[in-house]
Amino acid sequence: MTVKEQVSPDAKARASTAEPRKGIPWGKIGRYTAVVLVVFVALAPLYWSIATSVKSGIELNASPPTLFPHSFSWENYLSDLALSTFTRDLLNTTIIATITTFLALIIGILCAYAVARMKFHGKAVVLGITLSVTMIPLIAMVAPLYVFFTGPFPVYNTYVALIIPDLVISLPVTVWFMTSFFRDLPPDLEEAALVDGATPLRALWEVIVPLTAPGVFAAAILTFIGVYNDFIFGLTLTTDENAQPITVGVSRFAGEHTIPWGEIAAAAVIVTIPLAIVVLFLQRRIVSGLTAGAVKG
Amino acid sequence: MATQAVEVPIRRQSLRERLDLGSGFTPYFLVLPTIIVILAVAAYPILNSIWLSFLDNPLSPSSSFTGLSNYAQVLGSSEFRTAVVTTFGFTIIAVALETIFGLGIALLINATFPGRGLVRAAILVPWAFPTVISAQIWYLMYNDRTGIVSYLLQRIHVLAPGDTLLRTSNGIIAASIITDVWKTTPFMALLLLAGLQVIPHELYEAAGVDGSNRFQNFWQITMPMLSGPLIIALLFRTLASLGVFDLLYILGGNQVQSMASFSYNNMFTRSTFDFAPGVTAAVILFVTGLIISVLFVLWMRVNQR
Repeated sequence: MTVKEQVSPDAKARASTAEPRKGIPWGKIGRYTAVVLVVFVALAPLYWSIATSVKSGIELNASPPTLFPHSFSWENYLSDLALSTFTRDLLNTTIIATITTFLALIIGILCAYAVARMKFHGKAVVLGITLSVTMIPLIAMVAPLYVFFTGPFPVYNTYVALIIPDLVISLPVTVWFMTSFFRDLPPDLEEAALVDGATPLRALWEVIVPLTAPGVFAAAILTFIGVYNDFIFGLTLTTDENAQPITVGVSRFAGEHTIPWGEIAAAAVIVTIPLAIVVLFLQRRIVSGLTAGAVKG
Repeated sequence: MATQAVEVPIRRQSLRERLDLGSGFTPYFLVLPTIIVILAVAAYPILNSIWLSFLDNPLSPSSSFTGLSNYAQVLGSSEFRTAVVTTFGFTIIAVALETIFGLGIALLINATFPGRGLVRAAILVPWAFPTVISAQIWYLMYNDRTGIVSYLLQRIHVLAPGDTLLRTSNGIIAASIITDVWKTTPFMALLLLAGLQVIPHELYEAAGVDGSNRFQNFWQITMPMLSGPLIIALLFRTLASLGVFDLLYILGGNQVQSMASFSYNNMFTRSTFDFAPGVTAAVILFVTGLIISVLFVLWMRVNQR
């Protein structure tokens, strides 16, 4: 489902019901108060982590805390980046999420294309199975994976141990997003290719996918974020920085005797800001991807 | 199929016809990898978990079948029952708050006004945070001495001076709910927004002619038309909340347990004899989710009539 910019039905209805022209515009005041409140609450924790991350020394432990940093230093960032486990965990997450995203995209696009463009029995079953997987609590999959990865298929504490279960998180996202995306495409696109005698598969990879690159990229971002978010698989299927993802690494920051507030804040900023920027650039497509299926389905 | 391919009609077939008629096994071939991955990586583990929950010690090579004794042990432990209460309390309160705020935000940005894009962009920021990272940031803000949230709560006398939400179990649950609502309300808002935008304008126009006010419009047009997406959003959020783990792990030091944390603690932080009860708790969580999904599907059916 694409969220389109359109005049809302609510606004139209309001225009048609008589609104008092004179006096204090309570409606407008109310709306902008709500806007300010929502934006403030959404962004305040981000501000707080940035503010904390540039504070140093005494100011970090000041009580009450200072709203605006009086000092400014990069030292928290530098000490995070000097920490070999931190950079290693960041690298692990990037590699794991990238590989998983690629695999999920290749497998998921094939499935989504068939579901969106072809007629076959069991289509609803395929979509149903894909969706129902997202409803299984991850903790309920951990034990067999742990037993299997430490025994017969010894990949425990390697990238493979996380890429395999992470596919479960990412495939449904890719399939649902790309299905709704392919459905919205005009069929003329691949028609030309098929007339030239290309197989549906070639039409898909050589015509459709390149033409829909922005959509594929948005699906990739959604998938990447889903995998990046994983904590439970990282916690249970790895032990150290050999494959440990950054979410697990950051969770262990608090385990020290004194809590390094500045470094935790800096780590949170390093981990989140790149994603937040990409998400803001792609916001329209991501919004439509997030809601794919919920309205049509 | 083959004969159809040979007897190509003079009329050029449309793409849809060609794909529908001539594809044969192609669609099955295309969906096969997805199905295989899902069966291997989701269906097999969940079935295997159920099997493991009937063994006395899955980690030992000489484990034996013990029937329902793990279930008796887990369901009989007061620790697990506390975890169930925590999980349900968290889920009900968090999902209710997310629905109310999500609906409010969806209605807010469904109207066209300057600044609408800003709201939509701003609410995507919490959504992009990995849960563990958002928990760490809020952990910072809940700290008794240097945390801004604790400081504000102390100023308005919700907390005693120098106190923090994280001092008590209920406080930790409340803190987790606040953090969860902050992070996942955007998802709810965007799902509901998409639902709002497919409601036909004509309904509101007709209602306007009949002279109904905004309040009546909301309950008689918006809510009934939105019920489909709303139920789906509720189902997604309820199931995700039932599995709450990351937030309690960070904010409560894994001491306040949800069903998922109970399962994790038994499987990985205690002796090998606790592994099977841990798996059993995870299976109970899975079955709980299954029952709730079925109830939601029934609700959807009734709603569609």
